[in-house]
Amino acid sequence: METIPVEHGLILAGILFCLGLIGVLTRRNIVFVLMSLEVMLNASGLAFIVAATRWGHAEGQVMFLMILTLAAAEVAVGLGLIIQMFRRYQTVDISVLSEMKG
Amino acid sequence: MLELIWLLPTFPLLGFLALVLTGGTLPKQIAGPIGAGSIGLSFAVAALIAMEFIGSGEDYFVYEAWTWMSVGSFSPGFTFYLDGLSTVMMLVITGVGFLIHLYATGYMADDPSFARFFSYMNLFVAAMLMLVLGDNLVLLYLGWEGVGLCSYLLIGFWYTNPANGYAARKAFVVTRIGDTSMAIGLFLLFAQLGTLNIQDLMHAAEGEWEVGSGYAVAAALLLLGGAVGKSAQLPLQTWLPDAMAGPTPISALIHAATMVTAGVYLIARTHILFELAPSVQLLVAWIGLATLLISGFTAMTQSDIKRVLAYSTVSQIGYMFLGLGVGAWSASVFHLMTHAFFKALLFLASGTVILSLHHEQNIFKMGALRKVLPVSFASFLIGSLALTAFPFTSGYFSKDEILLGALAVEGVGTWLWLGGLIGAFFTGIYTFRLFFIVFFGESNVKHHVDKEVGGWHMNGPLIILMILALVGGFIHVPVEAVFSHGEAHDEHHVSGLIHGIMIAVPLIGIGISYLFFMSKTFSVEKLMASGMAQSLHKFWLGGWGFDTLYNTLFVNPFLFLARINRKDLIDRFYALIVALSQAANGMIVRTQTGSLRWYALTLVAGLVFIVTLGALL
Repeated sequence: METIPVEHGLILAGILFCLGLIGVLTRRNIVFVLMSLEVMLNASGLAFIVAATRWGHAEGQVMFLMILTLAAAEVAVGLGLIIQMFRRYQTVDISVLSEMKG
Repeated sequence: MLELIWLLPTFPLLGFLALVLTGGTLPKQIAGPIGAGSIGLSFAVAALIAMEFIGSGEDYFVYEAWTWMSVGSFSPGFTFYLDGLSTVMMLVITGVGFLIHLYATGYMADDPSFARFFSYMNLFVAAMLMLVLGDNLVLLYLGWEGVGLCSYLLIGFWYTNPANGYAARKAFVVTRIGDTSMAIGLFLLFAQLGTLNIQDLMHAAEGEWEVGSGYAVAAALLLLGGAVGKSAQLPLQTWLPDAMAGPTPISALIHAATMVTAGVYLIARTHILFELAPSVQLLVAWIGLATLLISGFTAMTQSDIKRVLAYSTVSQIGYMFLGLGVGAWSASVFHLMTHAFFKALLFLASGTVILSLHHEQNIFKMGALRKVLPVSFASFLIGSLALTAFPFTSGYFSKDEILLGALAVEGVGTWLWLGGLIGAFFTGIYTFRLFFIVFFGESNVKHHVDKEVGGWHMNGPLIILMILALVGGFIHVPVEAVFSHGEAHDEHHVSGLIHGIMIAVPLIGIGISYLFFMSKTFSVEKLMASGMAQSLHKFWLGGWGFDTLYNTLFVNPFLFLARINRKDLIDRFYALIVALSQAANGMIVRTQTGSLRWYALTLVAGLVFIVTLGALL
């Protein structure tokens, strides 16, 4: 069985990470920012999986499980914050929340 | 009974603690009895102790309460030393002090800070008793500083007026100069003689130092510095007239009867040291003479009733210094006692006048008060007679002894005597000038005065002090044992002529005062017409320009230096640090935009930078 080369997997992970990053940097809607963050987390998870397959170790997969749980917790908190934000400001535009400047 | 001597300062101290720990909130009905009662108890104990002590015929009595501190061979204790001198002092302090406290319960009755007033007064009496009863110079110094503190607190008692605060600071700073000198003197004595116990010190000084030796002169000079500051003598006399900013009972107790005589007490207590330094002792006499003359002239021109009395206090302490300087130790202590009686009387009576006239202190806005204020009139009459040494009043005997002591000195004695006589002449003029202007002539009172203020607790002390001022001269001061080897010239014989002169001179002063201010035979206006008299009057009114002189010599240069120093090198260094961190803060604060995406971008940029750095190196 022909395996997918490690490089391909890593390149995919890198592309996903950059897409997520661009989303975080450019989006004003906080829901999309949160989604982009999820993409970045999963990209790093993918990198772990690929590395684990390459060396035949289980730690990478364990790491991915951890990232999944972390992402789930993060989304729960993040969505809660977003709901609060919407209630208070009637908007999901992140650039509105810039009162804490020096 | 004698062991109970420790109770003397303890009662006032407990009174102070009771008043101060309740935060000065005790009502008058409680604070008054505590404040005056504690001094009354002290006086009762003092009287019993004095009777037993004098009855016992002992020369001295020592009671050690406990050791204060112990460092090597140096272990001053709370040890009380009772001899003739401290007996006189403690009786004057508690006795006159009690009368003044009693008077103050009436005088201060309308003051909102009644309890605070009595807490300070009690602390003062405790410190003063510590000063005169301490057997070592450290304990004496404790009391010395304690009375200085209380004086400061009480001069600035009505602190809402900035002028009073200024007067209080002035008194504190000026006396501090003297206190520093005294502290150095104490160090010198300890370094040279290894003890600060007064009696041991005197014996050691007698044994180790020759008459006129350098150390004796230096030590005597340094102690004299302290005495001069506390007793408001030349050149540190400028604080006392301003100290009249305090309530009148304070002026009576602290700035006339007791604290200002602490310098006299110090010199009398260490008289052996001064005998070892005859040049310094003579300096004491000259200082006293110069002070009594200068303040005598000044007193003639003042228009504030309390300032006249303040300058006369300075002048009378000048007499005490003159007495000390010529070796008439017991005469000085005698004058100290009689002065406490009649000056307390005069101040308290002036307090009644001031209170009756709704806090008017200008004598030219008084006049013809003898019918309106009979008790004050009688007090002033008796006080003034005693102050001018009218025959057979208390002041006559004591001043007489001092002047005779001065006359007995070889060489300069005649000059000292003559100077003292001139001072007595002016005493007659300024005292009765005040008396005639305030109580006779036409009334210049603006407000309506119905009747004299004060119930029994204000008039009672006045009456007792009147009696004391009259017959105080017949009290025998039991100080022979203290000054046993100091007074050889007691038996000096003087002719009747000299006695006659000494009686006549103050009377002439009173007569001149009568012609000017009572019968108006001579006119002050005519005297004042010439330009020279005008400028002389101005000069005397300002206390011989001492304040101006000190302002030019010390205060202004100091302020000038302080202004320059405000921007000195060290300050600049720290200012630079402040400026730098502020600039850095200004720069960094701009990165805090509050925008989430900006933060994310800088995070990524930092990451990229570090990874690139890692890849390149």
